[in-house]
Amino acid sequence: MNLSQTVISGVESAVFTLRELYGRYGYTPYKMNKFEEYDLYVRNKDFLISDSIITFTDTNGKLMALKPDVTLSIVKNSRDSEGVQKVYYNENVYRVSEGTHAFREIMQAGIECIGDVDEYCLYEVLKLAAESLQSIAADWVLNISHLGVVSAVLEALSVPEAVYGDVFRAIGEKNLHELTALCNQYGIDGEKLGQLITVYGAPSAVLPQLRVLLGECEALAQLERVMAVFVGTPFESHLRIDFSVISNTKYYNGFTFKGFVQGVPDSVLSGGQYDNLMRKIGRRDGAVGFAVYLDMLEQLHAPMSDDADGILLYGDEDIATVSRAVETLTAEGARVIAARVLPPKCRAKHIWKLEQGEVKRVENDA
Amino acid sequence: MKTMLNVALPKGRLGEKVYAMFEKAGFECPSIRENNRKLIFENEEKGVRYFWVKPSDVAIYVERGAADVGVAGKDILLEYQPAVYELLDLNLGKCRMAVAAKADFRDDPRRTLKVATKFVNIARNYYTSIGRDIDIIRLNGSIEIAPILGLSDVIVDIVETGTTLKENNLVVHETIVPISARLIANRAGFAFKNEAIETLLRELAAQTEVAV
Repeated sequence: MNLSQTVISGVESAVFTLRELYGRYGYTPYKMNKFEEYDLYVRNKDFLISDSIITFTDTNGKLMALKPDVTLSIVKNSRDSEGVQKVYYNENVYRVSEGTHAFREIMQAGIECIGDVDEYCLYEVLKLAAESLQSIAADWVLNISHLGVVSAVLEALSVPEAVYGDVFRAIGEKNLHELTALCNQYGIDGEKLGQLITVYGAPSAVLPQLRVLLGECEALAQLERVMAVFVGTPFESHLRIDFSVISNTKYYNGFTFKGFVQGVPDSVLSGGQYDNLMRKIGRRDGAVGFAVYLDMLEQLHAPMSDDADGILLYGDEDIATVSRAVETLTAEGARVIAARVLPPKCRAKHIWKLEQGEVKRVENDA
Repeated sequence: MKTMLNVALPKGRLGEKVYAMFEKAGFECPSIRENNRKLIFENEEKGVRYFWVKPSDVAIYVERGAADVGVAGKDILLEYQPAVYELLDLNLGKCRMAVAAKADFRDDPRRTLKVATKFVNIARNYYTSIGRDIDIIRLNGSIEIAPILGLSDVIVDIVETGTTLKENNLVVHETIVPISARLIANRAGFAFKNEAIETLLRELAAQTEVAV
């Protein structure tokens, strides 16, 4: 059955496309409860984008939470095993959104790859992130960072761990002036960090600069190996190296990335490697994944200009006559509102009137 | 059609100084200097469009992507914590966020400190960082009279020259953070209009270095 754009919203269509895409790469659907025990999130509060959680007391007295995050639930419900477990989901989460600073229901789709995550898995997840963005809009950018590179620079400069939070915030904001002030305050040579914060661009342009800047660095070598696979693909021109894509190193390590599409003011896709979260909860497995914030995609589509193609006004005709007229119009592909009087605030291209069993157009625009 | 760089400028004297810097950076838009009530000005040839907005709203325009870049005070960025890039300290509009009170004020740690302010988050974060229990009183203006009338013990507010405080018999007891105007950018705008934003950043940085 072909469904037109008037029936399927842009967001719904994106959901179907993404499900099909993830299924094609062997990711299986994962369905979960709307609620989780609050305890799970309290123990891993810093992993969440926002630490505000909607809670309620269940009938058995347990404090429950409306899921603010999907990854934690998937990780909690999986077990260490041989090989990799690949899942995708399409769920609503409830948290304070960065843009509105208020609680929102946020529809997410995404994938998680958990287990023996090797470099192919890392590449595959990045490729699926790129393909997800490609399926949403023609003009898109995937900003990619590697926390291993940032950590290597911080360790080489002997940056005290107590300052990591402030340094990471400055890197995340591309805030060179405050990073420089921090370095001066703690007697750190800020040159390399400064270059890391300002570097932004295509991997082919940025990676050689980083090689000169950092010399031997295993994390950089991994970034180079994975980026090399994208050379010559249709995705290559959309990738950018950007170290401001930074996440809490208590949970994340390795690759982190954020995707943008033209027309939406903030990232619509966010993901990374979170081996450190797995260690924190006593797991040996590695893990990588991403989420697509589907609710943000609404902004890509212009609001519908009308409610129907036409309004069919009827009078004292019997049910069968009205029904026949409606069927005739819908069979021609029109969207029809049948009513005795013009519905208030209703917009349609045409107004039709039923007169002696015949449909007559009385106005061109309502 | 040429891609336009949308710039939110803060209305007022600071905004005019900022525009002069943008103009010098090669992003001129002569119509902005015409004396009229228009709020949007563009120069298609240079690919730039300016809006005059209330200074406290600049960060919102940028965060929501209506503007690609803008200039906002650090006070606004600290208070609202918008999800934007903070690219440059323009070294303009310099002042400080401070705790002020009557000259003879002495903080009694046995009592909850009453703090009047417009900057609720900055005040809360500052007192949390030093472990002081406070009662925040949110005011929208004339903050200086709060300690005089006994409404609060102290105020947290922006201090530029200190004249208003002095005229109301208040003095600065602590400086919380220095404030100045910052160039901010929308995160998606930075990705899609990177060349224009990087050029602007480079040119403005060169001007601030000369100024320093």
